[in-house]
Amino acid sequence: MKPQSVSSVGVNAKALRKDEQRERLLLFGLSFPALLIVLLVIVVPVGWLFWLSLFNDAGALSTYNYSRMLESKSYLRIFKTTFNVSFLTTLICVLIGYPLAYFLSQISRRWAALGLIAVLLPFWTSLLVRTYAWLVVLQRKGLVNQWGIELGWWETPLRLVHNLNGTLIGMAHIMLPFLVLPLYGSMRSIDFDYIKAAANLGANPTKAFWYVFFPLSLPGLLAGMTVVFVLCLGFFVTPAVLGGGKVIMVSMKIETLIDLFFNFGTASALGVVLLVLTLGVLFIAHKLVSLDKVLGSGDGV
Amino acid sequence: MNWFQRPASETQITHGGRLWLYAVGVLVLAFLIIPTLIVIPMSFSESQYLEFPPRVWAVRWYENYFGSVEWMTATWVSIKAAFWTVLVTTPIATMAAYGLYVSNIRAARLVFVLLITPMMVPVVLIAIGVFFAYTRLKLNNTMFGLVLAHSVLALPMALIVISAGLRSYDMNQERVARSLGASRIKAFLVVTLPQIRFSVITGALLAFIVSFDEVIVALFISGGDMSTITRSMFLALRDQIDPTIASISTVMILITTTVFLLAQVLGKSKKVGK
Repeated sequence: MKPQSVSSVGVNAKALRKDEQRERLLLFGLSFPALLIVLLVIVVPVGWLFWLSLFNDAGALSTYNYSRMLESKSYLRIFKTTFNVSFLTTLICVLIGYPLAYFLSQISRRWAALGLIAVLLPFWTSLLVRTYAWLVVLQRKGLVNQWGIELGWWETPLRLVHNLNGTLIGMAHIMLPFLVLPLYGSMRSIDFDYIKAAANLGANPTKAFWYVFFPLSLPGLLAGMTVVFVLCLGFFVTPAVLGGGKVIMVSMKIETLIDLFFNFGTASALGVVLLVLTLGVLFIAHKLVSLDKVLGSGDGV
Repeated sequence: MNWFQRPASETQITHGGRLWLYAVGVLVLAFLIIPTLIVIPMSFSESQYLEFPPRVWAVRWYENYFGSVEWMTATWVSIKAAFWTVLVTTPIATMAAYGLYVSNIRAARLVFVLLITPMMVPVVLIAIGVFFAYTRLKLNNTMFGLVLAHSVLALPMALIVISAGLRSYDMNQERVARSLGASRIKAFLVVTLPQIRFSVITGALLAFIVSFDEVIVALFISGGDMSTITRSMFLALRDQIDPTIASISTVMILITTTVFLLAQVLGKSKKVGK
């Protein structure tokens, strides 16, 4: 039997260490099937696309696909829209998600568990179904307009969908669990003695919250915001359905370029820029909070 | 002293002073669940315009769905793809999680990051990459191609969940089994796997959901008889609001809620087991 770690004394220490090394490599090899499919499906095709993006239509090596992006107003507008939508969605998520996470962290664990199920259930529900639900609820003759008019809040149906409003409502709804889950986790791990100490030293509840609790919850908030923002950058389904063609995100442009024009060069260049931006945001976030926190928040179970 | 004046936490704040927080919390929770659930009663509406509450109740849209060959074919493609994805992803993710955790060499950390890249790369980029490669390999519109792509997309979630399970497991138990003469494989199967089974099952269920819900990759690489349900739904949604989708959505909510509850129930037994 080969033990995991071996003390370095003894006559056969060297042989044992070698044995251990071999076993570690063998165990490491267990990850190869996973590595193989990731290489096959992600790394090679995406690398290939990157290679393609370096050639112009005539097949010569050039930065045409990239320089065009900087020169053309329409591409710049698409990137601006993507950033705008991502930023606004993140903002809405923070504004409604922070109170929710705070609420859940302040009630008893039993009630909080029930609340968390309400957060997790949409997380598991099909994104397409949720987008469709918003389409139905927000449309001209939808529930919101119907009730708003019946209650006399407004007279003509509001344009709630097939524009930026609908996109933001739908995206905030879909992204909210990604913010609330890491935030709730970090709020629960805050040592409440600090807040008690603040209160004891004469801070009123508002002050104790802003000066003690809020700063301690920032790492969780930042982790959640990063996930939301990054996911928003690559979002496709919800803006495509709820935006009604008025909100064009980068990923939608990529789809059109392939679907209608079969233009892999430009589409790849757009994709590469999107990827770089995504990794850039992740990198900056990693400098501020540990990346494990950011990535680990995906497993909301 | 009534409930409103009682302190809500160990600071001086009372429940009364926190009413606004409770109200906001409950409202946001309502925002999270009600829009989705409202589709269920609406799907039983007779009207073309999906009323709520329906004036006339009918199963018209369900007949439309279950009577349509295309929708049924697409549903089966999705269910089959999701099952195959679970069968491919779960063992691969478990092996990788275990291997990377136990080998504990420097490269392991790097490989872990590489294996969760499918979660970080924008899906649309993966989709066109896969589409481009599959066109060459003639894998478009095949179940094999679909399952392969979905397995890669499902891998990060499963890997993260199973790795978390391993981290909270005491590896000494496996060492004991091995010092008593069990081989490494036997020790893993008999001692370790039963103890981390809840995270493995959760990982498998997540893989099912990832595949079942996936739209963008399927949009590119599946079509015709191999079209998935979400692909057909997405294409139908872009053009008009077909009320049949409400009935399909209800069925999908039913499926995902079942999977979710399964994960919750199995996750609960973890605490009992400890």
